[in-house]
Amino acid sequence: MSKINFLKPDKQNLSTYLYTGSFLFFIAVFDVFLSSFFKINITSFLPNFVSFLLPLILGIIGLHLVRIEFSGIKNLDLLNKNINTSTFNAVLTLLIIFIIIKSIPPIMSWFILDANIAGDTKEACTGSGACWTYIKIWLRRFVYGMYPNDLQWRINISFILLIALAFVGYFPSEKLRKFLTLYYVVIYPIIAFVLIYYLISGGAFGLEWVETGAWGGLSLTFIVSFFCLIFCFPVGMFLALGRRSELPTLRYISVGFIEFWRGVPLITVLFMSSVMFPMFLPEDFFMDKLVRVIIAISLFEAAYVAEVIRGGLQALPRGQYDAAKSLGMGYWKMHIFVILPQALKLVIPGIANTFLALVKDTPLIFVVGLLEIVGMLNLAKTNPKWLGFAMEGYVFAAIIFWIICYAMSRYSYNLEIKYKTER
Amino acid sequence: MNSKIRKILPQIITLLAVVLIFGFFTFNAQINMDNRGIEFGYGFLSQESSFDVQFSLIEYDGSHSYARAYLVGLLNTLLVAFIGIIISTIIGIIVGIARLSPNYLIERSAAFYVEFFRNIPLLLQIFFWYFAALRALPLPQDADPIFGVFFLTIKGLFVPRFIWENLDIFFYSIIAATVSITVIRNYAKRLQQNEGKQLPVFSISAGLLIILPLLAFLIGGVSLNFEIPVLEQMSTTSFKYNGGLGIPPELIALTLALALYTATFIAECVRAGIQGISKGQKEAAASIGLTPNQILKLVIMPQALRIIIPPTTNQYLNLTKNSSLAAAIAYPDLVLVFAGTALMQTGRAIEIVSITMFTYLSISLAISALMNWYNKSIAIKEK
Repeated sequence: MSKINFLKPDKQNLSTYLYTGSFLFFIAVFDVFLSSFFKINITSFLPNFVSFLLPLILGIIGLHLVRIEFSGIKNLDLLNKNINTSTFNAVLTLLIIFIIIKSIPPIMSWFILDANIAGDTKEACTGSGACWTYIKIWLRRFVYGMYPNDLQWRINISFILLIALAFVGYFPSEKLRKFLTLYYVVIYPIIAFVLIYYLISGGAFGLEWVETGAWGGLSLTFIVSFFCLIFCFPVGMFLALGRRSELPTLRYISVGFIEFWRGVPLITVLFMSSVMFPMFLPEDFFMDKLVRVIIAISLFEAAYVAEVIRGGLQALPRGQYDAAKSLGMGYWKMHIFVILPQALKLVIPGIANTFLALVKDTPLIFVVGLLEIVGMLNLAKTNPKWLGFAMEGYVFAAIIFWIICYAMSRYSYNLEIKYKTER
Repeated sequence: MNSKIRKILPQIITLLAVVLIFGFFTFNAQINMDNRGIEFGYGFLSQESSFDVQFSLIEYDGSHSYARAYLVGLLNTLLVAFIGIIISTIIGIIVGIARLSPNYLIERSAAFYVEFFRNIPLLLQIFFWYFAALRALPLPQDADPIFGVFFLTIKGLFVPRFIWENLDIFFYSIIAATVSITVIRNYAKRLQQNEGKQLPVFSISAGLLIILPLLAFLIGGVSLNFEIPVLEQMSTTSFKYNGGLGIPPELIALTLALALYTATFIAECVRAGIQGISKGQKEAAASIGLTPNQILKLVIMPQALRIIIPPTTNQYLNLTKNSSLAAAIAYPDLVLVFAGTALMQTGRAIEIVSITMFTYLSISLAISALMNWYNKSIAIKEK
């Protein structure tokens, strides 16, 4: 056994370094664990300052001792390479571990251990944690807005139908497959519009009329983002083609349109649609608030979609255009069959990002007085019977939005992989 | 002949359609305004506004004009944008670099931060900070001072106010330092190109930046005092801070949310920029004997910045546009003061909304023009 130098761990005394190092590291983590979960400070005999920093110091020494290059133990090498390359990295590693340990108990107690979900009044919430009773009682309002309770099945059924119809594309026969694009671009939006108009709005076939002012909550978020998504895509595509067109008038109009919408914030666009746009319409002409909002958001997002698609068009090599032209294809044939399929494939991530932005922008419709989920939260928060639960509401909405947006970004990532073609 | 028609016809049709739509809109607007007895025009801007604004950078009260109210709103918007850009850049760079860290835990934490804040709507985040997080702060009388001078309360953050004497001389000294640093840098660059000598530019610059303002303090008659906020009792239950600088909670919530949200996008830009540099560049630089510092400064950063800056500017623009969400928590920005209160009072929808939109549009176009110019100046010059 050679001399042990604690400043410079080496391979000769591997086990000594390893055991001392792991022991110190373990003590450090254990100390933080105890103080965090059981409020026990095992180093309370030390001065305050030292007792506070002790785990960090012990941890650094411990990690320093196990930092042995080419130790021959596979897991140790892997560990050193990933979290323990230098003293600086060791400090960061320790800090992150400590923060995680420290933050688990308060989060757990707020979310679950000290939270209440029983009962149906404010008084049922006695714990110091979250009051999920509030969410439970208001859930219908958060999902359906002011839509009458006994009619909510209409919203459910139309959403189920819409989702089912969206999956039609997966099982057609070979013959019908070529009509798929037509189906998704033209027929599906029309079906969706008819469904929502007659089923959710009502007013025909013996269904009671529900005005759009009563729509709200999460279902309104879905309706607005769904329609904007459907409308902004074709508009954006035409704008992109217009911007790349050889005809100067078309090009300048497209450029002006795109730059205008991209330069202003959505909130002013919504202001425009609610206070300025009615001035531009004939006096006796009435356009529903929701329709105006959907048009405004669609035009706004179309400008962004256009820029994304333009990027794809520009990325295509000239040869594709030349080849299509040499086959005698005209402008539309060339774009529909050769250029756009390839360009759109290239810009899937960009388009997905724009759609994500669209979904995240929908809460802004509070400007015109439509209350989707965030708006409903703000309404519920001011209800005198349920004061003081703002936090629960926002956390609830944040979780829902996070799941939607994260799922969308994952899905687009999968699409990107699926349609990736080697050139 | 045929192809000529095919080129001209669509143009004429679109032009006609655009003109018709605009004509239709103006025609209707004319009728609607006649019915309401409003005359189109911007004359109202000089009228007395007669409303107050909670927070203003310039002197303003109800007796000032609407134009002044517009200016107040614009300055408040720019203030939020400015602070937000600085904070989000700092967080963004740190998180972006952390995303590339060899340390697994750091990389995962940075990724968690990005995925978490990016996928929650900004408006929701603003509401969360304003209505939930900041409402949990103590009342003015219960607040514990941070370092003895900062007071973070439910009424906002109170910080010491700087009281300058002869501020202009201090300002000139900073300008003098900047100018001399630029001269020295150019000289050092020439020296290196011509003779291969290197000057310690960084230490000289740092020295100048410290010495010149210090001289201004010592002999220029500049002095700086702090006015620390003091708690005062107005009545039995109401307390208030006097003196110092009060930062309203709306501003804190807005900047915090904007910065945390935009930082996630900036972090991704930074990551993409650094990843975009091929490994060969680093190895080539090392093989000609540059030190790691020089590699970063002379080889990696100039190339990475070329990739990072355009999308980052886009994010800055987004932040500026998103600052209009201030209206939701009643921070008096351009949209709330002008497109909100002023519009309600005057009823001049077309004029006010168009001015507001035009303002944002010109900020956006100005910044993108600036960026295009910058992009051109750093683009690879092919020989």
